[in-house]
Amino acid sequence: MTRKKRLHALPGADDIYRRVLPNGIVVLARPNFNSAAVTVSGYFPAGALAETEEKLGLADFVASALMRGTQKHNFDQIYNQLESVGASFGYDSGTHTTSFGGRSLAEDLPLLLKLFSETLRAPIFPADAVERLRAQLLTGLSLRAQDTSDMADMTFDQIMYAGHPYSLPGDGWPETVRAITREDLFAFHQSYFGPRGLVLAVVGGIDPEKAADAVERILGGWRAPDQKDMPSLPPHKLITKTVQRHYKIPGKSQSDVVIGTAGIYRKDPEYVAASLGNSVLGQFGMMGRIGDVVREKSGLAYYAYSNLSAGVGPGAWTVSAGVNPSNVKKTIDLVKRELERFVAKGVTKSELADSQANFIGRLPLSLESNGGVTNALLNIERYELGLDYYRQYADMIRRVTPRDVLQATRKYIDPERLGISVAGP
Amino acid sequence: MADKPRQVTLSNGLKVLLKEIHTAPLVSSWMWYRVGSRDEVSGRTGLSHWTEHMQFKGTPRYPGTVLDRAISREGGIWNAMTFLDWTTYYETMPSDRFDLALSLEADRMTNSLFDEKDVASERMVIISEREGSENEPLFQLGEALQQAAFRVHSYHHEVIGDMADLRTITRDMLYAHYRTYYVPNNAVLTVAGDFETKAMLARIRELFEPIPVGPVPPRLARPEPSQRGEIRVTVEGPGETAYVQVGYRFPSATHPDFFPLTVLDSLLAGPSSLNMFGGGISNKTSRLYRALVDKELAVSVSGGASATIDPFLYYFTLTVHPERTPAEVLTALDAEIERIQTGRVSRQEIARAVKQARAIFAYGSENITNQAFWLGFAEMFADYGWFLNYMDNLERVTPRDVQRVAREYLRPQSRIVGTFLPTGEA
Repeated sequence: MTRKKRLHALPGADDIYRRVLPNGIVVLARPNFNSAAVTVSGYFPAGALAETEEKLGLADFVASALMRGTQKHNFDQIYNQLESVGASFGYDSGTHTTSFGGRSLAEDLPLLLKLFSETLRAPIFPADAVERLRAQLLTGLSLRAQDTSDMADMTFDQIMYAGHPYSLPGDGWPETVRAITREDLFAFHQSYFGPRGLVLAVVGGIDPEKAADAVERILGGWRAPDQKDMPSLPPHKLITKTVQRHYKIPGKSQSDVVIGTAGIYRKDPEYVAASLGNSVLGQFGMMGRIGDVVREKSGLAYYAYSNLSAGVGPGAWTVSAGVNPSNVKKTIDLVKRELERFVAKGVTKSELADSQANFIGRLPLSLESNGGVTNALLNIERYELGLDYYRQYADMIRRVTPRDVLQATRKYIDPERLGISVAGP
Repeated sequence: MADKPRQVTLSNGLKVLLKEIHTAPLVSSWMWYRVGSRDEVSGRTGLSHWTEHMQFKGTPRYPGTVLDRAISREGGIWNAMTFLDWTTYYETMPSDRFDLALSLEADRMTNSLFDEKDVASERMVIISEREGSENEPLFQLGEALQQAAFRVHSYHHEVIGDMADLRTITRDMLYAHYRTYYVPNNAVLTVAGDFETKAMLARIRELFEPIPVGPVPPRLARPEPSQRGEIRVTVEGPGETAYVQVGYRFPSATHPDFFPLTVLDSLLAGPSSLNMFGGGISNKTSRLYRALVDKELAVSVSGGASATIDPFLYYFTLTVHPERTPAEVLTALDAEIERIQTGRVSRQEIARAVKQARAIFAYGSENITNQAFWLGFAEMFADYGWFLNYMDNLERVTPRDVQRVAREYLRPQSRIVGTFLPTGEA
């Protein structure tokens, strides 16, 4: 920790190490010699898209079950190795991919990689561990049903993505989670797990080339000739008029409201302009214009903000707020008015300049920790941004004009075709 | 964490701790005040937290919106938090833009406006914040436990305050609270990151030394009499999931038993993290996880202590398995506590807890904001030495110490057992 060696504050082609293993695995690494620790994280293409409606939650179940027992070690032995050295590791699944991540002291990187490989390639889904996990997942679902924020998000997805896989909850429903068998877990693992499409990033107090060697030794020999591709995503059709739905959760003192639209992809040319627009709308400072009208001026909510979640599929652009049940209508009206103004007039030059300065200025902060840098490396790989993306970032942000923002806003937000969900009493 | 920071006390009593860390072009500063929810009497609960909100509403020099814009433009982050014993404000900024953070903190130590209109709108915001918390069964249960545990000591209420007081607190009460506690001799400024100590100290003197020393603020201290028998509380609410929360009396952070108790916590419920940013690790091989979750009595278990000035509580929080009852969970918890009190604790178990703590410190050091937090946090209940000696003190703990504190502190006669009983879906 006392070694003082300073890299460029931003990762770039000269200090990101990238290696493609013969089986297709992509390894990214960057050193941080100020850190005594190391972070490993990544993803591979196995997600909820491959589920049937009767077995919703399968990808999530598999991801949670990987650490519950392998050919060599049971659940307790796996976690005992990790926790004894203060390390952590885990999996999570999304619609398109399963992600993994963990960290340890740098000296324990070999252990972390060994457990990753073992749980990834040779899980045995022990029957008793699977049942124990099922009870935990079902408890999670019963808590979800009482969580106004979760239910408002889910209800929004059901409105906005009706008939599309994005309308379905990744953690399933109680009846689908009950229907998933051990055989389903094996079959999913057998079909979709493999080296093709797996991306892994290592950042911390390690030599990047040695880190890549360590990964290659452990995962380079993995072959999965039957690895299937994920089904492709069906097209998404925007709703034709505004739809509002209320999910009742009695006995709660606060309601959550989500208002928004969908259809933006990370690779859209308008993404950067939309992202800056979103900052002005509900992120900058105390949550932009939305924070200003809903919280600062009206005192309606403790939290009110907007969020743009563009990914490989058509992401949502939403405004969220937690308000007293008697203020739901007032909040919806305020937010709708802001969205109308946003689409009609866009952002001012000075508002845009604020958000541009913020996007550029915050980079060192978002990249100071090992976790922050692994996220950046994975981002570069997933969206093919180029290794110098973060070095060129400032110029790219500065080039955006208010007109670009207005065009992006108009492309994605139609105030007459909003999804509005409320969860609460 | 071994490097000693530079410590200086200015002529007006403001204590300053500085630590150069040149790993990233960032500086983080934290302004700490020795005031928290413990300094509030009934009728005025929530004053400290509400005052914290008002500190973002501006001064004549820096109106609220101007400040927020200025910090955000530089890519900085700023926020604040209020706890039982303290209130703290922080800014993390690119190192070449850092002066703004210092100027702002010096300015709002004395010049905040507390405008009536802002007080009115923050009242609604804080009520909304409380309503959001009330949506959570564990908030309701924790609040019931805390008020049952403290009848006399002002640790009896939640930091956010009681709804009755949030409706009636006035602008003048807030302003008086601010003027009483926000004086340099009741504050600590900690700065970590990419700066030169000499220049930083000169600038801090220039900005803060003109602020006059104030009367030493009183601290409310009504010791809680010892508890004579187990207390049980029940909270009911919507849902399907039951929780059990058990609070045991814990000593203050400066008590020598704090460290053996920290090891005990690690063995029973997994290591707690002292990081405000940077997180901890899982607890799936802790004794309680093995006895309660692996055995399908609970679906999750956690333990948590707080480092406080006066004795507070140590909590176990258990989510009851859908096919089990709170009573069964409590029986199993008691059996595990008895096992550690009477069975064998090995040296390896303690060595493991120490290595876990070391790893968690390494994660926390990746983050400048967290390092500046560490500098000030221990000052609020002890001093930075507490933090510097933390690992050594953990390493000195013996199996015998762990058993002794398990017997002494985990007694049914001095605990509060809380149960959240779900009333079903509708």
